[in-house]
Amino acid sequence: MHTLTAHEIRDKIKNKEFSSQEITKAYLDRIDKVESKVESYVTVLPEEAMKSAAIVDHKIAAGEKIGALAGVPMALKDNLCTKDILTTCSSKMLYNFRPPYDSTVAQKLKDADTVLLGKVNMDEFAMGSSTENSYFKKTKNPYDITKVPGGSSGGSAACVSADEAAFTLGSDTGGSIRQPASLCGCVGMKPTYGTVSRFGLVAFASSLDQIGPLAKDVQDCALIFDQIVGYDPMDSTSVNREYPSFEKALTGDVKGLKIGVPAEYMGEGISEPVQKAVMAALSSFHALGADYEEMHLPLNEYALPAYYMISSAEASSNLARFDGVKYGFRAEKFDDLIDLYAQTRSEGFGAEVKRRIMIGTYALSSGYYDAYYKKAQQVRTMIMQDFDKAFSKYDVLVTPTTPTTAFGIGEKTDDPLQMYMADICTVSVNIGGLPAIVIPCGYDANGLPIGLQIIGKPFGEEAILNAAYALEKTISKVKPVL
Amino acid sequence: MKYETVIGLEVHAELKTNTKIYCGCKNEFGGEPNTHTCPICSGMPGTLPVLNKRVVDYAIKAGLAMNCSITKYGKQDRKNYFYPDLPKAYQISQFDLPLCQHGYIDILVDGVTRRIGITRIHIEEDAGKLVHDDYGNTSMADYNRCGVPLIEIVTEPDLRSPEEARVFLETLKSILEYTEVSDCKMQEGSLRCDVNLSLRPEGQKEYGTRCEMKNINSFRAAVRSMEYEQKRQAEVLNDGGVIDQETRRWDDVKGISTVMRTKEDAQDYRYFPEPDLLPIIISDEWIEEIRQTIPELPDQRRSRYVDSYGLPEYDAFILTSSKKTADFFDETVNLGAAPKTVSNWLMGDIAKLLNDRELEAGDIPFSPAHLKALIALIEKGAISNSAAKKVLAEMFTKPEEPEKIIERLGLSQVSDEGVILQMIQDVLLQNAQSVADYKAGKDKAMGYLVGQVMRVSRGKANPQIINKLLKEALDKA
Repeated sequence: MHTLTAHEIRDKIKNKEFSSQEITKAYLDRIDKVESKVESYVTVLPEEAMKSAAIVDHKIAAGEKIGALAGVPMALKDNLCTKDILTTCSSKMLYNFRPPYDSTVAQKLKDADTVLLGKVNMDEFAMGSSTENSYFKKTKNPYDITKVPGGSSGGSAACVSADEAAFTLGSDTGGSIRQPASLCGCVGMKPTYGTVSRFGLVAFASSLDQIGPLAKDVQDCALIFDQIVGYDPMDSTSVNREYPSFEKALTGDVKGLKIGVPAEYMGEGISEPVQKAVMAALSSFHALGADYEEMHLPLNEYALPAYYMISSAEASSNLARFDGVKYGFRAEKFDDLIDLYAQTRSEGFGAEVKRRIMIGTYALSSGYYDAYYKKAQQVRTMIMQDFDKAFSKYDVLVTPTTPTTAFGIGEKTDDPLQMYMADICTVSVNIGGLPAIVIPCGYDANGLPIGLQIIGKPFGEEAILNAAYALEKTISKVKPVL
Repeated sequence: MKYETVIGLEVHAELKTNTKIYCGCKNEFGGEPNTHTCPICSGMPGTLPVLNKRVVDYAIKAGLAMNCSITKYGKQDRKNYFYPDLPKAYQISQFDLPLCQHGYIDILVDGVTRRIGITRIHIEEDAGKLVHDDYGNTSMADYNRCGVPLIEIVTEPDLRSPEEARVFLETLKSILEYTEVSDCKMQEGSLRCDVNLSLRPEGQKEYGTRCEMKNINSFRAAVRSMEYEQKRQAEVLNDGGVIDQETRRWDDVKGISTVMRTKEDAQDYRYFPEPDLLPIIISDEWIEEIRQTIPELPDQRRSRYVDSYGLPEYDAFILTSSKKTADFFDETVNLGAAPKTVSNWLMGDIAKLLNDRELEAGDIPFSPAHLKALIALIEKGAISNSAAKKVLAEMFTKPEEPEKIIERLGLSQVSDEGVILQMIQDVLLQNAQSVADYKAGKDKAMGYLVGQVMRVSRGKANPQIINKLLKEALDKA
């Protein structure tokens, strides 16, 4: 039962083939069985989950109107606020934090009658590419538990991949949905900036953060996106426009689709198995009637440094509120107010978070602002123009998601720069505010999944979902063995 | 050496919008600690600000009233610093693209009009308050004020004396009141100011090094701090010293300021554009719409009082410096009272009673109709001037019609000539010596006899009628 997709579960519950309580119980059993190996959850909510499942079943039995994902068990990344439920951002700083309100996405999934199984692990405050920066635990890659699941939404990806939930939500600031989706062999989408409300997402970098789904297949991805997309008056950066039903728009027809393949993403540093799998996917697209050609995004090499400047600058300000005064962790010993701040933040934050705060504080400091933050913003504008030009010619762009398949736990923890390179294929999408989807397109010799990234124009989710949907049918997926 | 004082001001005014600047919480003074708060204004993780459009309306209105140009493209920025009254650890403010710029206010100092430049007006959010516990050695944070909308008005260094600065502040306050963007209640902290002051040798063009003064809670404190600071700087300079650029904290109880921080440890606020908010785009139509809502401003009203009512400049200036006072004046005059008489009452006894009760100018607890009634009663001779003062004092404590107060306190004046004449005849009979003295040409005797009649009437007889009838009676006697 736990291998079913969300849309299958939805249909079977509606057709009364099984109840929400049965499927929820199946997932809780699955969690019991594999969680000790995968460690994707920070918080599991067995009683609450069974209770909400019972409510859904009752609604169905009473013939009441039900939500679009009624009874489907899912999990949320632990930086998405859930009322009265621990929301830790996998940080010691928020080890005991229970938000007094629901994030917009949590509310929307409640409204869709989903069942919340729990909150999943992540790199602390979403900073990292391996989920090794979690204060609580190291999540493992379900395909090989000596490997990382990627990050920062590593818990979200591993959870779906290990069938510990029908789907999850993650957040993506520089690749945090797509990179782990790629490493864990699931489908993940970072929507266009402004399509999904950020209200209740504990901010890392406000101008780059977007919430998106991690799912078992492309149809699920579209279905979940349908539930969370839309204008929210609580988020000034959310865009007020009409959206179609993305699930219904899936046709699988890619005839005449114009695909650009940026040469910059296929060169040095991209491992051979990844390159091969991407080329094979392009051949499949061609066979389905799409056209592809190599093209260039000359400014993309500046995306990574610009990304680390902007995201760290915003993070240094966004994370300043964690000071031990109002909620979360407070150092036990301190001399005065300044010392309270210093001790709390020294003890409460992990090394990577501190590194980013330092970088960001420096970049915004008087005398350095122009050289770093302002320059990075100028680069950002130019990269966006680069993309604009590309999309005047192509419908979508296809690239690898990560240079390599999943790397070993502990392999890159001592070398932050190496770790930052894991985001090389994904950050420019956030810089451009564009949508991008990642789907499995093959496996390396060790059976580790390889993800293909399809990038769309702003608000071009329909095109990338449909392209991914078409390609998915040509791929034979291999489930992890746990 | 003789020095010229150079002063610039930064004034913060709380806007009286219904709700806060970035959330739906009530914008209201007071309340139990942390009752006017929500996850947004208390800085909970994950929350986002949404700009209250009324705040922009009010800022534009203030800007237009101060002759500013209004930006077409404004943005908001984060000012980063740690303090427990600032739950997000940054204040959303405006750095390089304020809503209003390049304005001015004309002020009247010793009969001369001076034009004071307004550098900029920007919008920002207020911080909370720390409540220091006297016994537990702890501090507690009250976030009710977090997110209350403010405008910060920054002047050019155009002011040349503490007195000019005081007049500027009064004028600015009246403009904010007239446009109804702020309550300007100093006691509630809805109007606050920081002072920048420097000295330069008379005739020198370059400005001297300035010091900033904070913690100023009243106009009086502002003036005192400036007087103190100009004296302090002059002493340092006269002793051959140099002024250090520093921020000083004014202690109004001790009447001194002390160094808060020097230039070296000036804070770096690391301003950057607020990524959670969109740019503020202001159309010409929007500006025009707001322009239509600007009422008659103090200087326009002042001219009207002088031209149409023939009030002295001084009266017109005092009356118009508080919108409420001026509104009260207009209403009373519209009811038919003589303008100068109303002005005398407002500037005299009413102002004194307000002051005694520590009320703001214009916070008059009775209606213009009551003042009009009181004035009419005096003119009719129904009550004496001194009794009217008693009635007025009573009107401050009880919202009653003057007639009723007069009746209740038994203050009505006896103007019945028959009654008064009877009293006079009694007094004359009992004071034959004084009558004789009067006849012998001793004018003093007249005063004594008036006093005696007054005594008999227990102060209620109309003195003019006493005078008239007594004179007639004496001449006949």
